Amino acid sequence: MRASVIVFPGSNCDRDMAVAFERAGADVTMVWHKDDHLPEGTDIVGVPGGFSFGDYLRCGAIAAKSPISRSIVAHAGRGGYVLGVCNGFQVLTETGLLPGALMRNANLKFICKPVDLTVETTQSAFTSGYRPGQRITVPVAHHDGNYQVDEATLALLEAEDRIALRYVDNPNGSTADIAGVLSANRRVLGMMPHPERAVDAAHGGTDGVAMFRALSEALVSA
Amino acid sequence: MKPANEAAAGDNAVTQEPEITEDLIAAHGIKPDEYANILRILNRAPNFTELGIFSAMWNEHCSYKSSKKWLRTLPTEGPQVICGPGENAGIVDIGDGQALVFKMESHNHPSYIEPYQGAATGVGGILRDVFTMGARPIAAMNSLSFGEVDHPKTRRLVHGVVEGIGGYGNCFGVPTIGGEVRFHSAYNGNCLVNAFAAGLIDADKIFYSAASGVGMPVVYLGAKTGRDGVGGATMASAEFDDTIEEKRPTVQVGDPFTEKRLMEATLELMATGAVISIQDMGAAGLTCSAVEMGDKGGLGIRLDLDNVPQREENMTPYEMMLSESQERMLMVLEPSKEAEARAVFEKWDLDFAIVGETLPEDRFVIMHQGACKADLPLRALSGEAPEYDRPWEETAPAEPLDDVPGIDPIDGLRALISSPNYAAKQWVYEQYDHMVMADTVRAPGLGAGVVRVHGTNKAIAFTSDVTPRYVKANPVEGGKQAVAEAYRNLTAVGATPLATTDNLNFGNPEKPEIMGQFVGAIKGIGEAVAALDMPIVSGNVSLYNETDGVGILPTPTIGAVGLIRDIDAELISGQVREGHVALLIGETKGHLGQSALLAEVFHREDGDAPQVDLVAEKRHGDFILANRALIKACTDLSDGGLALAAFEMAEAAGVGVHLEAHDTPTLFGEDQARYLVACNFDEAEALMVEAGKLGIPIETVGRFTGHAIRLGGSDAPLEDLAQIYRTSFEARAT
Repeated sequence: MRASVIVFPGSNCDRDMAVAFERAGADVTMVWHKDDHLPEGTDIVGVPGGFSFGDYLRCGAIAAKSPISRSIVAHAGRGGYVLGVCNGFQVLTETGLLPGALMRNANLKFICKPVDLTVETTQSAFTSGYRPGQRITVPVAHHDGNYQVDEATLALLEAEDRIALRYVDNPNGSTADIAGVLSANRRVLGMMPHPERAVDAAHGGTDGVAMFRALSEALVSA
Repeated sequence: MKPANEAAAGDNAVTQEPEITEDLIAAHGIKPDEYANILRILNRAPNFTELGIFSAMWNEHCSYKSSKKWLRTLPTEGPQVICGPGENAGIVDIGDGQALVFKMESHNHPSYIEPYQGAATGVGGILRDVFTMGARPIAAMNSLSFGEVDHPKTRRLVHGVVEGIGGYGNCFGVPTIGGEVRFHSAYNGNCLVNAFAAGLIDADKIFYSAASGVGMPVVYLGAKTGRDGVGGATMASAEFDDTIEEKRPTVQVGDPFTEKRLMEATLELMATGAVISIQDMGAAGLTCSAVEMGDKGGLGIRLDLDNVPQREENMTPYEMMLSESQERMLMVLEPSKEAEARAVFEKWDLDFAIVGETLPEDRFVIMHQGACKADLPLRALSGEAPEYDRPWEETAPAEPLDDVPGIDPIDGLRALISSPNYAAKQWVYEQYDHMVMADTVRAPGLGAGVVRVHGTNKAIAFTSDVTPRYVKANPVEGGKQAVAEAYRNLTAVGATPLATTDNLNFGNPEKPEIMGQFVGAIKGIGEAVAALDMPIVSGNVSLYNETDGVGILPTPTIGAVGLIRDIDAELISGQVREGHVALLIGETKGHLGQSALLAEVFHREDGDAPQVDLVAEKRHGDFILANRALIKACTDLSDGGLALAAFEMAEAAGVGVHLEAHDTPTLFGEDQARYLVACNFDEAEALMVEAGKLGIPIETVGRFTGHAIRLGGSDAPLEDLAQIYRTSFEARAT
């Protein structure tokens, strides 16, 4: 698996994501946001957490206009894989690769804590390593993780089995407890919880390992 | 052609510098004898800009004029120390060619005036101190003291300060892994915000602030200069009165996104070899950073203010020299690397401007629009800053403790855990990203936070401690106790204590009784760090924490770090399990003077602080470290004594506890040098044998079992008490 992890000037989980990919056996390249193309042979793009451009206005809005974001959209358009975590999820909704928007948490506060999730579908390369309905614990750390979609889109997401993860105890007010959603071709996943913070016993939990491992198995490089 | 006199008049109209009057001098916080000294140094009167520069350098915050004499007495050396006080931060060796850079600094006055920005920029300032030396920040902590929860200002301050700390640290991307939050009426008019940061560096790649080489370019890096924070350091060196609202413009505004870029750019720049010396712009901004680099390097500095990147129009030299705009650095550049250096800052979209040069002679020259706006002997600005030996009065010995009425121990415990002082603080630390960088091994909550050294199996433990009630009753013992508690918090997680940073928050040093608290606390801290081998490597003094003549409790916050050489072998991180034995290490005499129980239940703060036996502290700490393998979980005993420690351990694990003791002194006494250990029966026996050989007091005090908290003959369901413990902070303090 060749993974390209995007670095915006305010990304701060870029290293963490690279480490998680590497632990799963990936070749990882860090890609600066001003670059206008992805490295040759990229199987999956990781859009990491952080505060891409400070996120003083709408989170991820400026990042979605960075040169590299056009390449990410093109990569996804070719059927490439993309994983957006936290700020990365916000960026993916701003680029239009995923529906919906991430609003301020319902309690208006930043929330950092491990949360329980249920795996809603195993029909994706991201979630195939889990059992259907499996309960996993993964940390969240965000101020704007309150996922909102209109009713029609929600119905479509449900009908197409594109809700990947739901919160057991909704921390941020997200519609239908949604913690992660897939694109129509199931190759783009955006999620607020940080699987890269749950890949090492020292983190206090390893429920993120199955995601990176399953990707690594699905995306064996040519 | 304009007549010369008209041109001159025009110049005056542009500059409009005020006359130097007695009022203006006083408004700058410069005392008459200090002004006389300025006249002597210059052999003339200063102009307005020069007066501003003197006030910036000679205020308490920058000059340490009341505290220097005493700070010199602190032990600052040891084989582990790479860099002691005097630089941006202290540095200790953590083995394998790596070092830890750390410091704690107050942002009290600004946080009280404008809590969000005050606290945020406090975090920003301390992070800058760390990465200015070339280190990547890996952990932050903060020690917060607020007024009583029912005071009308407290809730707003709690919300603002916590959000400000989170807002800055979370965006910057450093895990906030510990700290303290306390409430006391003595902080009603002055909250304390002490921010700690630590960073990781290769021991052979440290950058210092001393300039070297004549005619070298002085470069301005980072964000643009605005009018925010003009006079901030002078504000922070005075008491508050009813004009406090007028001081809001002296508080700076933080931009963590710029700070993040500044850090990345600075670290990249350092790797190019372009940096000869570097200094962050903190208090008194351009003035203090330039003087410091020149002074340490034995050089003069000339600055051309026209080249300073500016955010606002028509800024005067006075404003530019005193602005405390954030996220800025000053460096001396290796001239052959200019193009490379500039490219790094362009990559990160930050300002990079050559604003001056180093001079061979002892001068600090400020040029603006072709005119010389200040021409001062540079060395005198820091070297001849006033230093006072302020009169001080030894704190009178505390009155003996009056009788303490008996109390049902469960009622006592319930009162403690429903107080925001001792209730769980997750409302606070869940607003901080304590996991970013994915190396947090022990999250905030109880005891020390632990962060792994990235890519290794080593880790660093961090703690911040002080018990201000003790310091007030007995500054010497209180000072010792703050260090001893930090020492215990580190050893309790299996870390070998390495070194200390102190953040000394006191009232008005011009009052002999306040100065006496300061002197006493320094004495106690000095004795303790010497005995426990954790020298002071950095620190900060915050005086004048008074409002309308009422001072805070003396609060010398101790931030300390310890090394865990191998997480698998040394970290004590296990949880209590059903059936574990509760072992108490250390001697219990039942000292209730100045205890949490007395304060929270009986609303009394009398008696003496507990005595600190530093020899026992060291022996007991060494015992814990030597027997890590036998210990499943461990906590130090401090406020709230045995009862609170046992409850906290039990609650964290979701297992009940049964302590045999029923009497108040045994359960709630705050004798020092004690730890509570949980382990299984065989391990307990082995520990008792080991302790017996060394003559270390050890006793079985109970057992972790069931679903109830039972203290002697009283009990309550764990679930009920846990509910109180988990909800009281939010319910009462927010």
